[in-house]
Amino acid sequence: MRRLVWPAVVLVLLLALNLFFTPSFFSIEVKDGHLYGSLIDILRFGAPLILVSLGMTLVIATGGIDLSVGSVVAISGALACLQISQDASVFTAVTLALGLCLVLGAWNGFLVAGIGIQPIIATLILMVAGRGLAQLITDGQIITVNSPAYKVIGGGYWLTVPFGILIVLGVLAITAFLTRRLALGLLIESVGSNAEASRLAGIRARGIIIMVYAFAALCAGVAGLMISSNVSSADGNNAGLWIELDAILAVVIGGTSLAGGRFSLGGTVLGALIIQTLTTTIYSIGVPPETTLLFKALVVTAVCLVQSPSFRAKVLRGRGRTAPPGPAAEKKVRVSL
Amino acid sequence: MTTLTAGRVGLPAKYLPVLVTGCLLAAMFVAGGIRYEGFASGQVILNVFIDNAFLLVVAVGMTFVILTGGIDLSVGSVVALSTMISASLMAGPGWPPYLVVPLVLVIGSGLGLVMGYIVHAFDIQPFIVTLAGMFLARGLCYTIGTDSIPIEDPAFTAFAQSRIDLFADMWISPSVIVALVVVGVAAYVLHYTRFGRAVYATGGSEQSALLMGLPVGRTKITVYTVSGFCSALGGVLLSFYMLSGYGLHAVGMELDAIAAVVIGGTLLTGGSGFLLGTVLGVLVLGLIQTIISFEGTLSSWWTKIFIGMLLFVFILLQRLFSARSRR
Repeated sequence: MRRLVWPAVVLVLLLALNLFFTPSFFSIEVKDGHLYGSLIDILRFGAPLILVSLGMTLVIATGGIDLSVGSVVAISGALACLQISQDASVFTAVTLALGLCLVLGAWNGFLVAGIGIQPIIATLILMVAGRGLAQLITDGQIITVNSPAYKVIGGGYWLTVPFGILIVLGVLAITAFLTRRLALGLLIESVGSNAEASRLAGIRARGIIIMVYAFAALCAGVAGLMISSNVSSADGNNAGLWIELDAILAVVIGGTSLAGGRFSLGGTVLGALIIQTLTTTIYSIGVPPETTLLFKALVVTAVCLVQSPSFRAKVLRGRGRTAPPGPAAEKKVRVSL
Repeated sequence: MTTLTAGRVGLPAKYLPVLVTGCLLAAMFVAGGIRYEGFASGQVILNVFIDNAFLLVVAVGMTFVILTGGIDLSVGSVVALSTMISASLMAGPGWPPYLVVPLVLVIGSGLGLVMGYIVHAFDIQPFIVTLAGMFLARGLCYTIGTDSIPIEDPAFTAFAQSRIDLFADMWISPSVIVALVVVGVAAYVLHYTRFGRAVYATGGSEQSALLMGLPVGRTKITVYTVSGFCSALGGVLLSFYMLSGYGLHAVGMELDAIAAVVIGGTLLTGGSGFLLGTVLGVLVLGLIQTIISFEGTLSSWWTKIFIGMLLFVFILLQRLFSARSRR
C-alpha cells in the first residue's frame, strides 16, 4: 500500500488548493433529498472515467493496452439512445448496448490473443472504425431522447446518493472481489508477466486476455450509457473523445506498470479522481480555458516525477548534501518542463 | 507468394515483414488500378508522397523511438505547435522564414530532448512522459491563439507552391525532396553508424546493451531529440502544405505515425525493424486514403469504418504471411 501514498498526497494537495480558492469546497448538503457539494460533483462527473480506468487496469495488467474505449463509449451511448428513440424499453436498450460492447471487446481480445496482433494496433483498428460505427448508428446526427428511466443511469439519485457513484462502487466491489479474493487477479498478473510461461504452467492465457478486453469494453459501455444519459443525448463524434488517454494516465498515476504483470485497483481509482479533481480545480480557480492543457501537463509531470523512485532518490540526496528540500524539488520540476 | 519462396532460399527472416508489406502495397495498387480508371498512373503514387511528406518525416522520427522500445505520443502536438509558431511569427512580428524555420526546429528538438531526459533520468514510462509532452505542446498552441493563422509570407508561399517537374508531365513538391533526404539520412544513420547500432541494441535488450558498455542513456535521450526534430520538420512541411498555423492541425497524427511504423514490420517492443518498412507503412496509409477518395461517394463515417477494415485486412494478411513462413 506504500505506493499509494504519493497519489493520495497529490489528491489531498489538489483538494486543499481548491479550499484555498473556494472556502465552501468541502461542504456537502442535502437538498430535496439529494446530496450536493463539490466533492459529490467530482465523484459524479468522475464516475465514467473511473469505470473506463478500471477496465483499462486489467487490460494493462496483462501487458496490453486498449485504445478503443473512447469509441466504445460513443457506440454504447449511440445504440442505447437510438433504441430508446425507437420506443424500445430502457432495459432492452441498455442490454443491447452492453451486449454489443461485450462483442466488440471480445473482438479486440481475439485480435490480440487469437491472431497475435500488437495490442496498440489491434485496438487502434476499433478506435478508428468504432468512431465511424457510432456515427453510422446515429446517422451523423445527435440523437436526443426524453426518457426519465434512462436519465437515472447518469443523472439520477438513489437513497440521496447519485446513481452513477453507486454503479461505480458496485463495479469496483465486484472487480475487487473477483481479482483479489479469487485467483483471477493472480492469473491476470501471471499472463502479464509472461504469457507463454503462464500457458505452459496450465493457465488459459488466451481466454484470460479475451476476457479482460471484453471487461474493459463492458466498463466503457456502462460509462458511455452514463455520459449519454447525463445529457439525454448521444453524440457519435465527441462522446468519450480522448477518454482512453485519461484512463491510461489514471492507471499509470495509480502505480500500475504499463509493462504489465501487476496492478492496483485502488491506485487506479485514486488516479482517476486526481484527473477529475484537476479538471474541477481548473474551473474553480479560474485558469483561462486556453491554458487548461498546459496546467494539466504541469500537474501530470509533477505527479509522475514525485512517484519516480530515481527522482526521489536524487532529490533526497540533494537534501542530504546542501540544498534545502523545497527549492531543490522545485528546481527539478522546472527543469523538466 | 514470391515472399514465401524468397524466404525458403535463405533470405534472412528479419527482412520478411518488410517484404510482405511491400508485396501487399503492390497488390493494393494493382487492385486499385483495376477497379478505378486513372488510378494506375505515376502521378497517383507521387501524389501519395506529396500529401504525406510530413507524415513520412514524423514517422521516421517515430521509428527511432520505437526501435529503442519507447513510444512518442507528442509528435502530433509538436507538429501543430510548429505550424502555430511559424505562422504567428511570420504574421505578427513579420519574421523572415529563414529565421523562423531554424527556430521551430530548435524548439521541437528541445522539447524532445527534455522528454528524453525525463524518460532516462527519472525512469518514467515513455508513454506517460510523451503524453504530458502532448498536453504541453497542444496547450502552448492554444495559448498562442485559438484561431487558424494564415501564412502570407511571399518567400514561404512561393517555396511551398513551387513544383519540381519530372519527366512525362509528372511533378513533386519540394517537401517530397526534404522528406526523401530525411529518409536517406536516417537510413544511413540507423544502419551504418555506431549510434544506429546502439539504437538497435538498446531496443533489443537495454540490460545487455548497458553491460556491453553502450551509452544507453545518451542513445535514449538522442532518439527522443531526433523524434522532436522530425516532428518540428514535419510541422514545417505541414505549414507548406496547409499554408496556415492552427492548434487543431495534426490531431491524432501520433497514431498514424505509430500505425505506419508498425505496418512496416517494426516491433513495438523494440530492437527489430527497418526504416524502409516505415516508408512502406506511410505509403500504405496514403494509398488507403487515395482509394477512398477515388471511391468518392463515401460519407465521413463510412470512410472511418473503411480505413479500420483495410487496416485490419492488411495487418491480418501481413501476420498470416510472416507466421506461415516462420514455421
